[in-house]
Amino acid sequence: MKKATGRVFKYGDNVDTDVIIPARYLNSSDPAELATHCMEDIDKEFVKKVSKGDIMVANKNFGCGSSREHAPIAIKAAGIDCVIAETFARIFYRNSINIGLPIIECPEAAKEIEDGDQVEVDFDSGIIKNLSKNKEYQGQAFPAFMQKIIACEGLVNYINQK
Amino acid sequence: MGMTMTQKILAAHAGLESVVAGQLIEADLDLVLGNDITSPVAIHEMEKMKVDGVFHKDKIALVPDHFVPNKDIKSAEHCKCVREFALKNEITNYFEVGEMGIEHALLPEKGLTVAGDVIIGADSHTCTYGALGAFSTGVGSTDMAAGMATGKAWFKVPAAIKFNLVGKPSEWVSGKDVILHIIGMIGVDGALYKSMEFVGEGIQHLTMDDRFTIANMAIEAGGKNGIFPVDQLAIDYMKEHSKRSFTIYEADEDAEYEEEYTIDLSALRPTIAFPHLPENTKTIDDITEEIKVDQVVIGSCTNGRLDDLRCAAKVLEGRHVKKGLRCIIIPATQAIYLQAMEEGLIKTFIQAGAVVSTPTCGPCLGGYMGILAENERCVSTTNRNFVGRMGHITSEIYLASPAVAAASAVAGVISCPERL
Repeated sequence: MKKATGRVFKYGDNVDTDVIIPARYLNSSDPAELATHCMEDIDKEFVKKVSKGDIMVANKNFGCGSSREHAPIAIKAAGIDCVIAETFARIFYRNSINIGLPIIECPEAAKEIEDGDQVEVDFDSGIIKNLSKNKEYQGQAFPAFMQKIIACEGLVNYINQK
Repeated sequence: MGMTMTQKILAAHAGLESVVAGQLIEADLDLVLGNDITSPVAIHEMEKMKVDGVFHKDKIALVPDHFVPNKDIKSAEHCKCVREFALKNEITNYFEVGEMGIEHALLPEKGLTVAGDVIIGADSHTCTYGALGAFSTGVGSTDMAAGMATGKAWFKVPAAIKFNLVGKPSEWVSGKDVILHIIGMIGVDGALYKSMEFVGEGIQHLTMDDRFTIANMAIEAGGKNGIFPVDQLAIDYMKEHSKRSFTIYEADEDAEYEEEYTIDLSALRPTIAFPHLPENTKTIDDITEEIKVDQVVIGSCTNGRLDDLRCAAKVLEGRHVKKGLRCIIIPATQAIYLQAMEEGLIKTFIQAGAVVSTPTCGPCLGGYMGILAENERCVSTTNRNFVGRMGHITSEIYLASPAVAAASAVAGVISCPERL
């Protein structure tokens, strides 16, 4: 996957993994089942409205809290192709790369993009285009080895190929 | 350029003479940890890898502690998956119900974590072992799988923040108050991607249990790890609990820190984090209104150790939990439970009207054993007070020390022992 284009779901600061996927659903590890509860504690409409290829944008410290990989798994399984934020919590950052969910840090884009905007992200260059507002941002492109992990759709395939 | 404690440990495990902040390295792992929530996902991922079993059967710890004894059929299936994997791979350090405890209290107690180690765990509070001078950090299930298969993990070498602790804390001020104060000061992303290195003469006044609590909550400031220098107290602890040899790393005098803070422990007051972020802190003196409490939880990987139970018992001795309030006390391991029984602490709790549970993470993450209803308030010695963390999304969690939690259980409102 080189590019993502879709509608934006916008959230604020410190979106934690407990709201991304509440622990009461962690007795399952099935991506499709987790996806049906994604974000429900802060946005009940998300799972109803999201469609394949959409983009999530948030402010600082996205994914803080627990190490549950179920959080990026739920976001990816819900149909989100890319998450853009000012900053990510570090375990969430690792987990996303490891499961092949592209995420990009870009404070400017994260601040200015609004809910409902149409956005395009190029993973190779890190360029983020807000098609609704005709604005372009330079996000942080992944270092080469992370690009390889994402190209392999996660760490497991990457290790298998090594 | 000089290195921090963390950087020295990482360099040694990457086979490098020195490392600098931002450098990407691959390090050898001394221990890989997982629990009943994260291990099934890791086991599933590992099955997809073309590997024959685990890298070392003694260097993996599997601790079902979140939803055990199993709270429902799905949790039972998860635990069964972990149990079968442990059996098949002859994992030495698999801890079944009866011998298990909350992972971050259990592993140091079993001597599996020592100074100089590099440890990853698929649980965010893996940073706890920094109290013993180890580099330990939380990862996700896929990293755990790769760690179990290869014995290695990649890291970006972290920059560091130095916290210089001075002075002696007053009677009812504990490690929990120190770390809540720090998180209140720097925020929930104040140490994002960085090491939190705790140094200074004030450390001598902190017990090992205080230090475990402080290192445990480094993640609540966004930290990659929290770490303490190894003093005689830490050496004595390791000698008592572990047969493993350990290596003491000290920061170079010219080690680089991005920020430095000095904290006078003698000036700290009992500190409480208000909903819904650990950074929303107030001292007990700032609380003048009556904040009615429905439930108190004393336990977790943050505050379920012996010091914590002794402190709670000191407050509850000869007193009674407020009518209509639930006080749930959870010793973190079987050894702590047994010792608490021998010291008469459990008797004190039961006589005070508290309930005592087998070790479990249950209520901390809203799993079971103390879920909150709509609009209910809980004073908890756990580590997170996010929206919906312990139950209904309108419920409220106030994070505090065992002293504040026990006093609040008696008063029925947020309180501290001095006010009783």
